[in-house]
Amino acid sequence: MATTKKKTANKWPVQIFKTLKDADVAQVAFVPDAGHAELIKACLADNHIKTTRLTTEEEGVALALGAWLGGERSALLMQSSGVGNCINMLSIMQETRSPLLMLVTMRGEWGEFNPWQIPMGQGTAKALEDAGTIVYHVDDAGGLAETIYAASQIAFNAYRPVAVLIGQQVIGFKDWRK
Amino acid sequence: MSEKKKITLNRRFVVSRLVRDRGDTLFVTGLGSTTWDAAAAGDHRNNFYLWGGMGGAAATGLGLARAQPGRRVVVLTGDGEMLMGIGTLATIAVVAPANLAVCVIDNQRYGETGMQETHTGHGVDLAAMAAGAGFALTQTIWTTKDLEAAIPHIYETEGPVFVDIKVNTDHVPMVLPMRDGTAIRGRFREAVLGERAYD
Repeated sequence: MATTKKKTANKWPVQIFKTLKDADVAQVAFVPDAGHAELIKACLADNHIKTTRLTTEEEGVALALGAWLGGERSALLMQSSGVGNCINMLSIMQETRSPLLMLVTMRGEWGEFNPWQIPMGQGTAKALEDAGTIVYHVDDAGGLAETIYAASQIAFNAYRPVAVLIGQQVIGFKDWRK
Repeated sequence: MSEKKKITLNRRFVVSRLVRDRGDTLFVTGLGSTTWDAAAAGDHRNNFYLWGGMGGAAATGLGLARAQPGRRVVVLTGDGEMLMGIGTLATIAVVAPANLAVCVIDNQRYGETGMQETHTGHGVDLAAMAAGAGFALTQTIWTTKDLEAAIPHIYETEGPVFVDIKVNTDHVPMVLPMRDGTAIRGRFREAVLGERAYD
């Protein structure tokens, strides 16, 4: 049982990475999250992806606009708590009708132990939608890559900010008793 | 403690002088006075004007510089805008784009909201912060002579380059560029990418 879960847990970041390559993503910016650790590693190891480590998530929104102004597609990785940092900066994507592909690993929802994660985790989708971002929430690792590819198509072909929220059911929650 | 230096440079003089040597440089201007300065110096297809997203000018310039490594990219922004995105100095220094220069037009004020003082009038040294982050070249500019010496660095020296240009608070007329964000990005992308802008 535990082994099966581990296998699945290890596989989806690889699928996301392949999806980003399929979508011609040339730049990946991130504020680290445990849920994105494998994906960040894969991006850093790829010679064709330009990675940017950020000090705060809203930098990544502005960076995505700059990348697209220069003709490159990008993706922005963060944890749900970082979404709150992005709200005003998302206005530049809406006003310029520019693509943004955000991949957000969720905290503060399924099985959360840390009460301090709840406010932002519960507000993540609403905050993004209020800021004009199209939101997909994925709780099934099996459908994740397809959803991210679909999101990338809306972002880059329809010129819109899109966020894929990767649920804690996919990531697996921290069991604090262990 | 350093003595309080007198600030004599006029922001419109500085920006006009800067863009005179722009060649095919791409400019990203920050909310808001530097966007008006760039407009006053002459509208250009290679200008991307930010009218919002305070704190995002340097990061926008970084994304552009990485996407267009063969072009010089200059971020022109104010001290208040730079302070709001101050962490981006660290982000830029780590990436170390050779083709990026950040020029802060530093009047030590929040110009759009009533000229309230910013931190830079109270001892905060942006060039020192950029140096601490690891920028290749940093300088604070007080005089026309300093400015003339810095211009070749802004356009040619291997970056990232950071210059903080101290300007006075003399009143300047408001000159506004185009403000429809979709139009600004469309025009800019076409200038940079040609037909590919509409893929």
